[in-house]
Amino acid sequence: MPECFVAKASELKDGDRRIVVSGPHEVGVFFKDGDYYAYSNYCVHAGGPACEGILVNNVVDILNGDQTYEGQTFGDAVHFACPWHGYEYDLKTGECIGDRKLRLRKYNVVKRGDEIFVVI
Amino acid sequence: MDMVRNEVRQLNPEQYTETKALDHASQQARQRNYQDFLIVDVDAHHYESESYKDVFSYIENPVIKMEAMDSMTRAGRSGFLNNQVGYQSLGGRMTRHKNRAFFKARGDRHRDVDWTLDWMDAMGVDYSCMFPTPMLFLGLHPQVEIEVALCRAYNHWLCERILAQEPRIVSMLYLPFNDPEWAYRTVRDFGDKKGVVGFMVTSPRYKPVHDNAYMKTYALLQEMGKPISFHAAYSWDDRALATTNRFISVHSLGFMWFNMIHMTNWVVNGIPERFPKLKTMWIESGLTWAYCLMQRLDHSYMMRTSDCPQLKRKPSEYMQDMYYSSQPMEVPDDLSILEATFKMIKAETQLVWSSDYPHWDFDLPSVIYDLPFLKEQAKRNILGANAARLFNLDSKPVKTIP
Repeated sequence: MPECFVAKASELKDGDRRIVVSGPHEVGVFFKDGDYYAYSNYCVHAGGPACEGILVNNVVDILNGDQTYEGQTFGDAVHFACPWHGYEYDLKTGECIGDRKLRLRKYNVVKRGDEIFVVI
Repeated sequence: MDMVRNEVRQLNPEQYTETKALDHASQQARQRNYQDFLIVDVDAHHYESESYKDVFSYIENPVIKMEAMDSMTRAGRSGFLNNQVGYQSLGGRMTRHKNRAFFKARGDRHRDVDWTLDWMDAMGVDYSCMFPTPMLFLGLHPQVEIEVALCRAYNHWLCERILAQEPRIVSMLYLPFNDPEWAYRTVRDFGDKKGVVGFMVTSPRYKPVHDNAYMKTYALLQEMGKPISFHAAYSWDDRALATTNRFISVHSLGFMWFNMIHMTNWVVNGIPERFPKLKTMWIESGLTWAYCLMQRLDHSYMMRTSDCPQLKRKPSEYMQDMYYSSQPMEVPDDLSILEATFKMIKAETQLVWSSDYPHWDFDLPSVIYDLPFLKEQAKRNILGANAARLFNLDSKPVKTIP
């Protein structure tokens, strides 16, 4: 399978990404917290550009010990949201948050020296 | 055929265009050969609030016009127009709502014309029915005369600045329904304008559709052959809906709630019997509400025919003569449920596709085209032919898919 050049590692800051287009394939490559992640850029919902939306942490309802509600905050999991309709995906797995049976196709990322490639 | 593509892109909001943002929609359009048949979008939107200064200049009453113009100078404080609490953009997850500020008009026409044509072509749409956005809540304004004034100003503005400029954009004009006399005059004054394919009542309001005061408006619409539509929205001020605490709740319920009430009053009071040729459309409530209400009313009707003596058929049979816009189309995992809904509303002739673009839960034509239980002709009917018949549009495709 061909390797497609993504970027020089030194060019990618934390939270940056590139969209790699190769023939019929579109792949979003993320650099976050020292790791690279690559997924299909086609949302499982309506085919939107799933990897082109914002990165956002998961939202959590805060419940007290007696099950009363305290408010909301952000959790530690990082999601990315399809900009068309807001379908959210787990950055580490590509799973769709609303239904984890659904997931984006995952691609391997390789680093050679200062250059990042995605295997398509 | 798509060209062979090889590139690495960075995200750059300042280069936002509808064509780029909807590139995947264009891919779908080419793959499904949308260029070969007509696609009509019966419910799409623009943000008329971006043009309020221009719209307000069309207000006829000098006192209201002065108040409206003054309101432009005090943004953030008490408004001249009512609005609703809401966060459709999901905290910025729908990036187009922010990025569209970078869109630039290409020529002398209003910016909304170029912007609308761009997304229409990208999706494969030939004709689009344009509706306002904040004005969907105007039926809840406490001052009836403001609804009338803004409605007439907006309708004048829309006809002159948009509809007269671009034949692919049509509209069902806003009816100031809280004032029955002005609703009648609106049909009379605007019914023959270019691009006016019907009239629209915003559903969140507290006026019964069977009030005698509306009969002459329905009669005039029937005589002119122009459909009436009820465009759903929510009201977080409604007493029952005020108990909900999240947008998902008020939206899911609110967009069905008001149309369920209006439909019930419409049928139970025999409006379809009184105006048998008046074409009626229900917009943006999805489809499940109709499937539910048909069964619910039929069940009670058999025991309580004396409550609705004008009816000669079951309520569902009248509802099957009406039109339904498709978005937001609920797509269950088990498609046989959706297939049953399509059968119940006679989708092949009564369902009309809508995008609701650019709003947060828009649909693409593929939501219909990819359904496995529809034959090709049924798909084409729902995506365009039914609406072309309803709006009297030419059936020849005119779009240019990028």
